[in-house]
Amino acid sequence: MERYSRHILLNEVGQKGQEKISNARVLVVGAGGLGCPVLQYLTAAGVGELGIIDDDLVEESNLQRQVLYGTSSLGLNKAKAAKKRLEDLNPSIGIHAYSEKLSISNAISLFEKYNIIVDGTDNFETRYLINDAAILTKRPVVYGAIYKFEGQLSVFNYKDGPSYRCLFPEPPKNTEAINCSQVGVLGVLPAIIGSMQANEVLKIILGIKGVLSGKLYCYDAKTSNVHHIKITKNELLINEIKNRPLKKEVVFSCTANIREITVEKALKKSNVIFLDVREMGEEPTLEMDNYQQIPLSTLSENLNKIDAEVEIIVLCQSGERSKNAIQILIQNNFNNCHNLKGGAPALLAQLKHNAV
Amino acid sequence: MNINIKYFGVLAEKTACQEEQIDFESGKVSDVMKLILERHPNLKPEEFQVAQNKLIVNQEASVDGTEIALLPPFSGG
Repeated sequence: MERYSRHILLNEVGQKGQEKISNARVLVVGAGGLGCPVLQYLTAAGVGELGIIDDDLVEESNLQRQVLYGTSSLGLNKAKAAKKRLEDLNPSIGIHAYSEKLSISNAISLFEKYNIIVDGTDNFETRYLINDAAILTKRPVVYGAIYKFEGQLSVFNYKDGPSYRCLFPEPPKNTEAINCSQVGVLGVLPAIIGSMQANEVLKIILGIKGVLSGKLYCYDAKTSNVHHIKITKNELLINEIKNRPLKKEVVFSCTANIREITVEKALKKSNVIFLDVREMGEEPTLEMDNYQQIPLSTLSENLNKIDAEVEIIVLCQSGERSKNAIQILIQNNFNNCHNLKGGAPALLAQLKHNAV
Repeated sequence: MNINIKYFGVLAEKTACQEEQIDFESGKVSDVMKLILERHPNLKPEEFQVAQNKLIVNQEASVDGTEIALLPPFSGG
């Protein structure tokens, strides 16, 4: 086929290798920064059956790095939008979009339909679920993860090799490790790591020696430094996973578990405190009863100043910092917290309205 | 002996360096960790794995290398 002629010219691929690619079935979990390049190159390479699972919608802030999407895809489900673009790139392959979240109820049946799983997710909960489901279904996982300018890459569970848990046995409990406040990322970084994931997938399919199993590849886009770290298999841990039902890791995520409340409802409550986590001196200032200001930057050191017996309505300017504050509060057993919709500006407007 | 300590991700941000030297006689990896945390108390809440000479090790391992790397998990994608 003309489309694959540059592949077929390679001794390592040839007609036979291209047939292997056509017979491969790959599931890509997450169609974001990492998933986009993985999907593009695997589609172009002619992977026979390609699954895409993602329940997220395309947002404008994605377009800086998630190059499968354009302005016309804003608001669409990522799996479906990706499928549409990819079908134009290569109509001869089967592309399956699952516009849902990977969960303990669908992971096993979905993994069984594919030979190779690609981890391109953006949260720990799904990363551990992918790992455990892949161990149970004996599927290799091509792992990629990024942080600002740095990337990690490895192939787990390949030919009985180490798994993600052999590297990081348990998800982090500390919120700071979790991608909560919106963390920046250089747009090209996921493209580099994602393209390398696509490369590992093709190496597995073609049986090329040197699959990145038992090694963590660390890349720094600023310095172009590369480190290879060896990972040893933790048999005990893998056997534990094999012998228990799939379970959901409870990892505090940025938006889950955070209850929102409108200004109107919040003002009707009694026995509450309005906790303002903006920095001192930020406008607009608020004058009201049951009000306390502790900037997010000093919240951890000042938890003893908060009354644990009342409901806490947390506010900031836009609702982002207050989410982070709620995480800190929940981790310190202040369980009755709400995030104030609209933050200080909305609260001030309602107070003025009520005063009239 | 001088040990080269390498920091990745958020750890490099918190220590404001990607690598530094620590003078260490002998002991376990956990002893080196104590020195690191004394120097950078802001790393205490962080969770990471430790690699010695490019191999993930238990902190009970004795220090026999010249390089120790601290690797945090990344969640981003």
